[in-house]
Amino acid sequence: MINLEFVINTLSLGSLYALLSVGLVLVYGILKLVNFAYGEYIMVSGYAIYLSGAVLHMPWYVTMVIAVLAAVLVSFLTEYAAIRPVRTKSADAMLVTSFAVSVFLQNVVLLTISPRSRAVPLPSFFSKTVTIAGATTPLRNLLVIGTTFVVLIGLSLLMKKTVLGMAMRAAADKFTTTRLMGVPANFVISAAFIISGFLAGVGGIFWVGRSASVDPLTGAAPLLIAFIATVMGGMNSPIGAVVGGFVYGLLFNVLSITLPASMISYRDAFMFAIVILFLLFRPEGIVRRGYTEERVG
Amino acid sequence: MSVIMRAGQWAREHSTIMLMMIPVIVAGFVIQAFGSSLVVNIYTYFCVSLMMVLGVQVFMGNSGILSWTHVGFVGIGAYVAGILSTSPMVKGMGVPNMYPFLVQLQIPVLPAIAMGGIVAALVAAIIGYPLMRLSDAVGVITLFATLIVFHVIMTQWDNVTNGPRTFFGVPEYTTLTVALLGALLAIAAAYWFRESAIGLKLRASRDDRHAAAATGINVVRARYNAFVISALMAGVAGGVWAHFITSFSPTSFYMSEMFVLLSMLVIGGSGSISGAVVGTTVVTIARELLRQLESTINNAHVLSFQVFGLTELVMAVLMVVVLIWRPGGVVGGQELTWPLFKRTTKEVDNAA
Repeated sequence: MINLEFVINTLSLGSLYALLSVGLVLVYGILKLVNFAYGEYIMVSGYAIYLSGAVLHMPWYVTMVIAVLAAVLVSFLTEYAAIRPVRTKSADAMLVTSFAVSVFLQNVVLLTISPRSRAVPLPSFFSKTVTIAGATTPLRNLLVIGTTFVVLIGLSLLMKKTVLGMAMRAAADKFTTTRLMGVPANFVISAAFIISGFLAGVGGIFWVGRSASVDPLTGAAPLLIAFIATVMGGMNSPIGAVVGGFVYGLLFNVLSITLPASMISYRDAFMFAIVILFLLFRPEGIVRRGYTEERVG
Repeated sequence: MSVIMRAGQWAREHSTIMLMMIPVIVAGFVIQAFGSSLVVNIYTYFCVSLMMVLGVQVFMGNSGILSWTHVGFVGIGAYVAGILSTSPMVKGMGVPNMYPFLVQLQIPVLPAIAMGGIVAALVAAIIGYPLMRLSDAVGVITLFATLIVFHVIMTQWDNVTNGPRTFFGVPEYTTLTVALLGALLAIAAAYWFRESAIGLKLRASRDDRHAAAATGINVVRARYNAFVISALMAGVAGGVWAHFITSFSPTSFYMSEMFVLLSMLVIGGSGSISGAVVGTTVVTIARELLRQLESTINNAHVLSFQVFGLTELVMAVLMVVVLIWRPGGVVGGQELTWPLFKRTTKEVDNAA
């Protein structure tokens, strides 16, 4: 059962989930906001590929840049137009606002493009299969592992070596103190949303790449995965999110193999039941960090 | 002190409950007497929605934990009540894979609705035990995941729910009168809970968890009790709903429906029962108007495409606007009391 194919599958699934989870945790760390609109950035990046590739016939590398930029832009606008006005008021208001943004974006697409799914044009090498040491796998599985590796290294350099990264880490620890040290709140939060959008955009390309189609509800599944992965890994650090992403990928693949065929349709229910049970014993997640409950106010 | 004076004093102390019930009753009578069948239907639906929203309010408003799960309890109530009250013949035709003992089972509508509530409360009692320990973001996400577990089970367990297909043939029972009585009962229950010892403890824990724990309140138990009671209310509401709508599928108990319930609660103000009632009223009126507008646009054929999702889109914007303007909802955390505007008390801005 544990062969190279299984390992590659798990690694590629896990790295995609890790990528998506980190984007969610960056915003959560600073604002203590579970961003329900996060899944919609993935959907937006899918539609950006569709519009630029299938409608405007741009080359594939341009469509991917546009996809990432679109996700970044929407993420930034979410913060600027919806989250910022309610940020100082109440945590629930912020949460519900992010959900309202998600509903808004879904219905904009529903209204302006179509309720039906659209085929997304992707370069042919995406689905080409390669054979490594006897294991056959689509090339995109290897691409996602490589991309995640590069992006996460870049992100950790940003967080460790630059002033912005330092400010963001400090803000995630103690937001009020960070502001007293002269770090502008709006700037750090905008930066977090922009990076979050970037990760959603990159992850979105691969997410949409798996089915090569996009519809208004595309964002729901990755959002949920990111939620669960971050909760499992630990909501208070990006490392927790990465760990959670890989654990989720592993759990998913193991359940897919071990569950009998008649139970496979209950796989998601099993996943979430396991996660809930796990949280009962370890509510702070796998990676333990300084546990702060402070929020912006 | 005479009985009348006591009653008068009671009414002054609890003016909120009268203030909520009387308009609902009066509007019900007026609509029953003069309204067209469309308006009667809308008002019945409003009353049923009010039951659901108050069910959510009991937990969410008092504990301050945003709950996504409750529409799942509505679903459990609806399926249980529907399965119990539908005749064996209809079930045999409509749900080909149903377990034989379930097909044979049939009880009158009212006990069936009560059973729906009880089963929902039992499920809540089991899952609430681990869930109520989790706070903040982790709590919200696990409640969200629970809704998905419910949804997966409802769509896959076709021996009971007919899977993703429609479950039909539930006898029609919910008239305006039934729904109105249900709504009044729900208002009374939510008010009773809010003013009860558990409700008070829970509200204390909502405002400051650590201070509440320090004064000897068992926060987890208070939350747990509220969770079970609100699941009971949501389950009963689901049963009443099932006997109004008569055919439904698992998509009726998922995120978009929960969003409607949450928008009703949040726009009005989740911290108070007055908020839940006002929010349900406002959202019902806004949604019906938008739906009329949408169908008018579609029927007029002025646009080359069908308009989908306009209602949800406008509702989402409306919600964000209300939250920016008044983060605690239109009413806020304080109950409305008679007289509506007192000059002596300062307006307390309660941002929950």
